[in-house]
Amino acid sequence: MPISQRRKFLLKTAKAAAAATVGGLVWGVIASESRASPLALRPPGAVDDFLQTCIRCGLCVNNCPYNTLSLAKIGENVSYGTPYFVPREIPCYMCEDIPCTAKCPSGALDMSKMLNKKSEPNINEAKMGIAVVDHNNCIAYWGIQCDACYRVCPLMDEAITQEYRRNERTGKHAFLTPMVHADSCTGCGMCEHACITSKASIIVLPRAIGLGMAGTNYIKGWESSDEERLKDVSTDTTTKTDRSKKKVRDYLNSAELFDE
Amino acid sequence: MSKVRFLIARRVVQILILVLFIGANIYGWNILEGDLSASYLFGFIPLADPFALTQMLIAGATIAFDIALGAVIIFLFYAVIGGRAFCSWICPVNIISDSAAWLRKVLAIDDVEHRKYLGRNTRYWMIGIAFLLSSIMGVAAFEMVSPVSIIHRGLIFGFGFGWGVVLLLSVFDLFIVRHGWCSHLCPLGGFYALIGSKSIFRVKYNVDKCSSCMNCVNICPEKQVLNMVTKKSSFVDNGECTLCARCIEVCNDDALNFSIKNFISKEK
Repeated sequence: MPISQRRKFLLKTAKAAAAATVGGLVWGVIASESRASPLALRPPGAVDDFLQTCIRCGLCVNNCPYNTLSLAKIGENVSYGTPYFVPREIPCYMCEDIPCTAKCPSGALDMSKMLNKKSEPNINEAKMGIAVVDHNNCIAYWGIQCDACYRVCPLMDEAITQEYRRNERTGKHAFLTPMVHADSCTGCGMCEHACITSKASIIVLPRAIGLGMAGTNYIKGWESSDEERLKDVSTDTTTKTDRSKKKVRDYLNSAELFDE
Repeated sequence: MSKVRFLIARRVVQILILVLFIGANIYGWNILEGDLSASYLFGFIPLADPFALTQMLIAGATIAFDIALGAVIIFLFYAVIGGRAFCSWICPVNIISDSAAWLRKVLAIDDVEHRKYLGRNTRYWMIGIAFLLSSIMGVAAFEMVSPVSIIHRGLIFGFGFGWGVVLLLSVFDLFIVRHGWCSHLCPLGGFYALIGSKSIFRVKYNVDKCSSCMNCVNICPEKQVLNMVTKKSSFVDNGECTLCARCIEVCNDDALNFSIKNFISKEK
């Protein structure tokens, strides 16, 4: 049977479309795998849609004087080519001029995310992560004296404070335990780096993972600023379901109640 | 020596650019810092990859002024002057691709088998898929998997498992398709072929000097661009020409040379 031009064309198109679909799917799977990196700690001033905005040029890595930042390699389970740091290896030393953010050409690291009350960029306003204490393994919580994280914290007595508590077991000693305060903690990771337990008992997590959220059911009534959170909350307290569209009487009179 | 003069020049340029990038990372030089996605020249002139930026735009990213300006600078440079020179003068994958093609010749792989698995237009499909995936996933899709970035960035910032990609490309180019990545698949190359197709810096062919030895066609990684050889004198106008100048240096008759295309006198 002779093969017509039309048949040839259709077959060629089908072939190309099939190849594009297969290739596109494989590509999409690889790309979406490499996109997921929820535990990576980003440089200071990282914007919310960081993966979308970062062009992966490594200028922040180049300009980090402590070699804190590295650019994610293949197989590191961090979105490929994006900057991140591992505080247990090298923490962020919080340079005053923030050279990593200052050099970012893509706007993925943004000085305006770190403005202080005078609207000046200040590294102390950075929110790279949140330190979380494992009080099961922190030896200060055992009653052994250690204040490594408290003393190394660049915002000592603001981001980490020491809580004083009587040690009932001995009856004559005190617990002096570290407590992290999320509104001051920058997530620099110096505490994690300094922690003396063989695996750090204070670790830095991205804030989206390390912090909970109280929601709008509870507010601090003693703080007028906390009322702000209720600004956009709907005052409608009725639950809307298919059933609630009808009047209560209709519902009580319907046969629905007797369905069983 | 004259048979490889441009080849050596290209390797020098390719390696020099890598050395400048690596020096910026290790020693803090500020001649050229960053990588091929975005960089600063002399510490203040921004440069950026227009293909990556296009994907970011499609993905819906907010684009900062510096990379926008950088992408415009690069775009204008290749559109007006450089053509597709990125591929043969800058891109580090070119070294792998050329080496594999050379090894194919040494091992006579092309003589054993000469089947065509891939069309040269596949790269334009790849551009389409890159844009489509970028819009679906909300991130620059090709930048996530680009062997060009993986190899280039690997050399500057460390490879990790990126060596696997070097191996993959070498084996693919060596045993499966000659110049398989660079001349068939790479959407970045396709992108530069599209934006550089009207550039003024071109190879010019002169039929009167030509002895039809076909050395140029045999060495060319994009043979289709030399379709005028033995037929008529003209500029090599196809945007897929990477200006690698291999044809110029292998020609024994001085029939091929770089030339500036003069748009005003409509010279053909």
